[in-house]
Amino acid sequence: MTDPMTDADDRPVLIVGASMAGLRTAENLRRAGYAGPITFLGAEPHAPYNRPPLSKELLQTEGQGHEDVAFPIRSALEENVEWVLGRAAASLDTERQVVVDETGAEHPYRALVIATGLRPKPLPIDDHGLTGIHVLRTLDDAVALRQALRPGANVVILGSGFIGCEIAATAAKAGAATVSVVSQSRIPLERAIGPQLGAEVRRRHEAHGVRFFCENGLFGLVGDPSVERVILTSGVMLECDVLVVAIGSDANTEWLEGSGLDASDGVLVNGGLQAVRADGTVLENVYAVGDVARYPNPLFDEVARRVEHWNLPTETGKRAGQVLAAHLRGDDCAPIIEAPFAPLPSFWSDQYDMHLLAFGMTYLADRSEVVAGTLEDECVVEFFRGDELVGVCGIGMRGAVQGYRSRFTPPVAAR
Amino acid sequence: MIKIDVDMNKCQHYGQCVFEAPEVFQLNADDKLEYQAEAPDEMLGDLEAAADVCPMQAITLMRE
Ligand SMILES: Cc1cc2nc3c(=O)[nH]c(=O)nc-3n(C[C@H](O)[C@H](O)[C@H](O)COP(=O)(O)OP(=O)(O)OC[C@H]3O[C@@H](n4cnc5c(N)ncnc54)[C@H](O)[C@@H]3O)c2cc1C
Ligand code: SF4
Repeated sequence: MTDPMTDADDRPVLIVGASMAGLRTAENLRRAGYAGPITFLGAEPHAPYNRPPLSKELLQTEGQGHEDVAFPIRSALEENVEWVLGRAAASLDTERQVVVDETGAEHPYRALVIATGLRPKPLPIDDHGLTGIHVLRTLDDAVALRQALRPGANVVILGSGFIGCEIAATAAKAGAATVSVVSQSRIPLERAIGPQLGAEVRRRHEAHGVRFFCENGLFGLVGDPSVERVILTSGVMLECDVLVVAIGSDANTEWLEGSGLDASDGVLVNGGLQAVRADGTVLENVYAVGDVARYPNPLFDEVARRVEHWNLPTETGKRAGQVLAAHLRGDDCAPIIEAPFAPLPSFWSDQYDMHLLAFGMTYLADRSEVVAGTLEDECVVEFFRGDELVGVCGIGMRGAVQGYRSRFTPPVAAR
Repeated sequence: MIKIDVDMNKCQHYGQCVFEAPEVFQLNADDKLEYQAEAPDEMLGDLEAAADVCPMQAITLMRE
């Protein structure tokens, strides 16, 4: 506890959520000179690991497990770090600076990093207690789904976003008897990468035998004790041994209820990743990073958004680590925070032999244009909001897509 | 010295590493990754950053 004589505070920096964003924040805290105690409190039993392979390699490779996806723990985190895994945070008291976990144990902190990420939205209709229904976010989810994706299985995927499409590709490769994608959207991935690329993705899936049921939904399930058939809102009935729900995610913020933070859709933070209270005031010792954070990006506009791309846990972790280290040293954080926080979002997706790579916020665009190559082979597509270039996405042609990185620059900081 | 190993079975030639440590990683004219197998200790920070941003987590660093 705080000792008024020496002003020493031996409480740790508490990182809730032991995954990529939390790990990157800890590494950057160390890089910025903080050598004091760090505690991770994580709901999963596993040390931090990389999620993208969960819908790709790990989902199709029998025997792969944590060791194939674990992040390396750098030497700077070998000392003075405590890992409390397999335990979820249940509540936060920012006055007393304490997080209470699900067992009732209290974790006092000097500074708190919120890195609890997202979880998949559940099946939107009653599951009647049926088995055979899956989601995919964690390693344990992936292992369970891999076991279910036996050759000859009838697989139905609800949702045609990146995760739904990647699971469809993996299931098709794994020798499923049928793979059906059911989606509200008109075109798969339309919201993410526009109608042209979305239609091309669909064409490639169909060439591998995947069927799409677009502008459609689930009406009911049949089976006992495991799902056997699904009935779509259009009336179509599909054989179904494995149902995967991939219709987006919600932020893991229930434990922040009553804490005073603005966690209405992810945790609102300022440009230093410091948490903003519902009344607009900033908590200098509470940070949010990764998928759970909501912040504006001056590369695009002033709207605070949650962005679910793999490179942002690293970018937010870097920034939060620098600001928090300065705060813990007692330095003025304002100069760091005033420099615009403008990370360029980047994402990729691998489906069959198709490699998509994108920069920017393609989903803000109202128009897209193929500027090089052809959709059926390799191409570069630019995305515009009005006249403003907001994103680029390629199939293959990585060098050309990488070349766009310098085209996104933050506005000169307002003086 | 730091030894650098890229698992070419994993690498998809995304070139993210190139932006963090261009002295060590380059994409050649065919968009394929080329890299040096060794670098001086002073580059550790940049190399760790490159390993961190690799989407395939294909880069392993070893200190000698
Ligand atoms: C299957 C899959 C495939 C993906 N593929 C790609 C891709 O190809 N390209 C791309 O750009 N991005 C991809 N992503 C997105 C990318 O993986 C995420 O952006 C990234 O994992 C976010 O990291 P994070 O640390 O913010 O959150 P997470 O990795 O979600 O970590 C949050 C952690 O907090 C824990 N937690 C939650 N609540 C609590 C609590 N109350 N107390 C304690 N701990 C808690 C969770 O258990 C979890 O371990 C993919 C994601 C998934 C799930
Ligand atoms: S970032 Fe990784 S996948 Fe991309 S070129 Fe470098 S090593 Fe290969």
